[in-house]
Amino acid sequence: MANTMTQTAVPNRLSNHWLHHLLRWETFLLLVTVLVFLFNSLATPYFLDPWNLSDATFNFTEKAIIALPMAMLIICREIDLSVASIIALSSVSMGLAAEAGMGPGGLVFVAVSVGIVCGLFNGLVVTHFGIPSIVVTIGTMSLYRGIAYVILGDGAFTNYPSGFEFFGQGYVYWVFSFEFTLFMGMALIFYGLLHHTNFGRRTYAIGNNPTAALYSGIKVNKHKLILFVMVGAISGLASVLLTSRLGSTRPSIAFGWELSVITMVVLGGVSILGGSGSMVGVVIAVFLMGLVTFGLGLLNVPGIVMTIIIGAMLISVISIPLVAGRLRAAREQRK
Amino acid sequence: MMSALLKHRERFLALVILALILVVGAITPSFLSPNSLVSAFNDTSILMILAMGQMLVILTRCIDLSVAANLALTGMVVGMINAAYPGVPVPLLILFAMAMGACLGAINGFFVWVVGVPAIVVTLGTMSIYRGTIFLLSDGAWVNAHQMSAGFISLPRTVVLGMPVMSWIGIIVVAAFYFATRHLRLGRDFFTSGGNPTAAFYTGVSVGKVQFKAFVVSGMLAGLCGYLWVSRYAVAYVDVANGFELQVIAACVIGGISIMGGVGTVLGCALGALFLGVINNALPVLGVSPFWQMAISGAVIIIAVIANSTAERSKGRIILRRAVSKRATPSQHQEA
Amino acid sequence: MTQSTAVFALRNVTKTFPGVTALDRVKLDLYPGQVTALVGENGAGKSTLVKTMTGIYQPDGGETQVAGEVVRIDDPEAARQLGITAIHQETVLFDELTVTENIFAGNYLTRGRLGRLDWPAMHERTRGILADIDAPLDPKARLRGLSIGQKHMVAIARALSVDARVVVLDEPTAALSHHEIKELCGIVERLKKAGKAILFITHKFDEIFTIADRYVVYRDGTFAGEGMISDVTEAELVEMMVARSVSETFPKQTVAIGEPMMTVENLNHPTEFADINFEVRAGEILCFYGLVGSGRTEIMQALFGLSKAVTGNVHINGEPVTIRSPADAIKAGLVYVPEERQQQGVILDLPIFQNISLPQLGRLNRWGLLNEAREYDVARTYGERLNVKTSSWDQKVGNLSGGNQQKVVIGKWLATRPKIIVLDEPTKGIDIGAKAAVHHFMSELVNDGLAVIMVSSELPEVLGMADRIIVMHEGLMVREFTRATATPEAVVGAATGGMAA
Repeated sequence: MANTMTQTAVPNRLSNHWLHHLLRWETFLLLVTVLVFLFNSLATPYFLDPWNLSDATFNFTEKAIIALPMAMLIICREIDLSVASIIALSSVSMGLAAEAGMGPGGLVFVAVSVGIVCGLFNGLVVTHFGIPSIVVTIGTMSLYRGIAYVILGDGAFTNYPSGFEFFGQGYVYWVFSFEFTLFMGMALIFYGLLHHTNFGRRTYAIGNNPTAALYSGIKVNKHKLILFVMVGAISGLASVLLTSRLGSTRPSIAFGWELSVITMVVLGGVSILGGSGSMVGVVIAVFLMGLVTFGLGLLNVPGIVMTIIIGAMLISVISIPLVAGRLRAAREQRK
Repeated sequence: MMSALLKHRERFLALVILALILVVGAITPSFLSPNSLVSAFNDTSILMILAMGQMLVILTRCIDLSVAANLALTGMVVGMINAAYPGVPVPLLILFAMAMGACLGAINGFFVWVVGVPAIVVTLGTMSIYRGTIFLLSDGAWVNAHQMSAGFISLPRTVVLGMPVMSWIGIIVVAAFYFATRHLRLGRDFFTSGGNPTAAFYTGVSVGKVQFKAFVVSGMLAGLCGYLWVSRYAVAYVDVANGFELQVIAACVIGGISIMGGVGTVLGCALGALFLGVINNALPVLGVSPFWQMAISGAVIIIAVIANSTAERSKGRIILRRAVSKRATPSQHQEA
Repeated sequence: MTQSTAVFALRNVTKTFPGVTALDRVKLDLYPGQVTALVGENGAGKSTLVKTMTGIYQPDGGETQVAGEVVRIDDPEAARQLGITAIHQETVLFDELTVTENIFAGNYLTRGRLGRLDWPAMHERTRGILADIDAPLDPKARLRGLSIGQKHMVAIARALSVDARVVVLDEPTAALSHHEIKELCGIVERLKKAGKAILFITHKFDEIFTIADRYVVYRDGTFAGEGMISDVTEAELVEMMVARSVSETFPKQTVAIGEPMMTVENLNHPTEFADINFEVRAGEILCFYGLVGSGRTEIMQALFGLSKAVTGNVHINGEPVTIRSPADAIKAGLVYVPEERQQQGVILDLPIFQNISLPQLGRLNRWGLLNEAREYDVARTYGERLNVKTSSWDQKVGNLSGGNQQKVVIGKWLATRPKIIVLDEPTKGIDIGAKAAVHHFMSELVNDGLAVIMVSSELPEVLGMADRIIVMHEGLMVREFTRATATPEAVVGAATGGMAA
């Protein structure tokens, strides 16, 4: 331990005890993930097959990609509930563009552009009018999907050009799908962005105390706008992956996904009140949820039961630290 | 001009609704017949009742996204009880539905009050838990009209004094809320604890407890509507009222309930629900595809919250003497 | 002491917060028909005491007695039932509700078995109470349309609506004008005659000597003395408050005053202030004095680019500047140390070095990539210069004391090499040692050729540090004093509107 009482210069950091690093949410998550992994591999012999595992990743990568920018948005004290609806609108736009004869590259451009426009609209309403993003995105959640329904009704687009299926079904190398590789690459990029750039630092500053951040010369509104656009753009990208994987578009596509995305972020240790969280945690949480879903699938548990589990997980993950903090405070009070 | 209209939101909304009815009537005169108007109002009753509960929750700076799932779950349970034991009297079933809804609401309230989880997170979670539970209970099967008893189905449709019982229930709930928010301490507590939680605490109000009560009431009304919905449409299944919570929130926001808490009136909220009800009823009459409904309610939510925020935006503290006199006299014109 | 028994008494009451002992085994006695003045510096524990008395905080130790019996005050409701009412320092009112409801919230008048609220009766009583305190307000008016002074009168009316044995007034005159203060003194006199025990908290010595019968002094959360007002002088009170003689408090240095650094012309806001014209020169400390809510902070925030509806011209170093955001202000060399340190100044959960580097991340880090070594260098340079007491530079700011947090805020701004530094209530709520450090530092800054603008409500600090004093009243600049012409009476008189008419 550093001796703080002498007149020596104040150190940059105190040397931390190794336990301090270990007692983190991320470590706990990793442990649970490993346990689930072990459980799955014991429960069924098919689990450990590389192709089975690779197939399992398709269940969560599209959501996981959105969880990355969503984590930054939530750290910045905002939220976007309209991501699933952006997927629907982007998908319908791609369907229209495909009908018009556009190629795979053009479709990606269309989907991401629609995502950017949607994100920009969310961000502008939130920052310009100062309305809580929860409310704005509850509105755009039904607006964007509503537009998708208006365009498509109860029909479907299925005529996607050849080559388009690569995004959602193709493999880059051996068992590594394009989706999964893209997710891992983006996870690295977002890790760098959040933890090693000015932009990431400002995100934490705003999330911790928006007023003090503004008073420190940070352009808070512009920063939030960029994050909303980022979430929108990547929802558009997720729409490419999902549409390509399914090979078709219906307006009900990705219904309810916002819940899973937010659960991934919160499970990863990002505080729903903003200001704290890490990309590593979010990525581990993504794998944990993927493994749980896969395991339940192996046990033949129906999909809707998954929503119960996700909902319960969401509430308990937020409750546990709150209750623990309450108990700790009560114990200190008694001392 | 605009801000003056927004100040008297109730009057403004009433005018818009009237204009809407007249415009639709001009295109399709049959819309103006008493029967069709009563049926439009009857269709809106459930939305109006749910909006009352949601209003209380929003007043206390929370939000309840689980109302539709609560409605569907209680509706399913009541429907299953009726199918299995047709002998259970319907009024008892209604009481049961309200109690069950209140319990589901209390679960939300517990996590908000005791544990301190943000309301949006709790109700996002319970929304999918409640909805998933319906599947577990019913195994995905429907409860259909032929399985329900005659009394179960007929009660809300019975016409009393020219209107179905369901409409009367809506009117009674709104009237009760109107009375309670003006003349009972409990009603005022929702406004004080949402308007300024610190000050409310200083006056001896437990903000968390008031939020809990708001969730219980919202849940209780959702339970009541669970019966009404299943009985009115004579069917119960997993996806009943899926996404309806957005309409309910839209009704509140249109009615001028501030999402920041503490501001709003029962009348405004009821008119907000009525506004959406008229639109929903007018679309098929005008031959517009029902797929527009979702987009319209989304757009209306956005427009309404923007309007609310511009009406509420503070114009700075009032320090100058001349500014005091200017704002204290309401009759004078205000610059936008 | 007095022959009658205390109606309210505290014995050995202690209240701690994480890292701070706000009250340390204090005692207090209040007697019916007497005004007891509680004096002490900022941070002496006065507001904590009020919150403990009214059930907002629960003490960690000690005993509370009402009329000789030991009681527990678990919540504000319990306090009211014991007959304790308070006017709090911050106005805790409901902006969206009417005057009547603000007065009766939580304590409504009802009729009938249903507990139906009796609005006509409440409006009637409101009218009566408001007439009593000579505040002609419409009971049905919404609070958001009222001025700060009027809101304060509503808060006073609220306290009077309760039939109380003990009335606590926590700095009730801070935002009131001359006329309103006189009214208030009349009210206190009447309460006294009615046999209430009154605890009066104020910074103003003239008020203590006019109104109070007894005094109690707290210092740094401990009991420092009590007695009858007739047995004490102002100098003795001050000495008990600060436990050192007053003369050496302010390290004012004579500095050559240079060229104008910033000129402000015709600054106007629709509701907050009007006709603001002033300049501040290199090497000068310019003070803005006035009541709480007189528009001082609003002017500074407008200059810092935080206010939308402002018009006017600002020149810095002779160049016209347009400041639309704090980022613009920082670029132009103007920085602002805000009043609400924890809400506006520091980010409590971020480490010290990140707080200090925050305004200039773009300058420190190339291509937007963090370079922590450079951030630590900057933090150490300014942290050491300001003598921030910490065990390491990656400590969370929230772990520091109030004074050290303030030093972090000042360090953050000095690191940007500003020309003009605005300090808004820079010593509010920090301990005496840190206070002196801040004052020393202001002297150092002007020595280095900066221009300093200080907003302060503490008269000794203003008189001790300022080269020039601008007095604000109701959003207007009413008078200007030089160091030589400023006397306490004249400055306070101008601030409370006495000489403005």
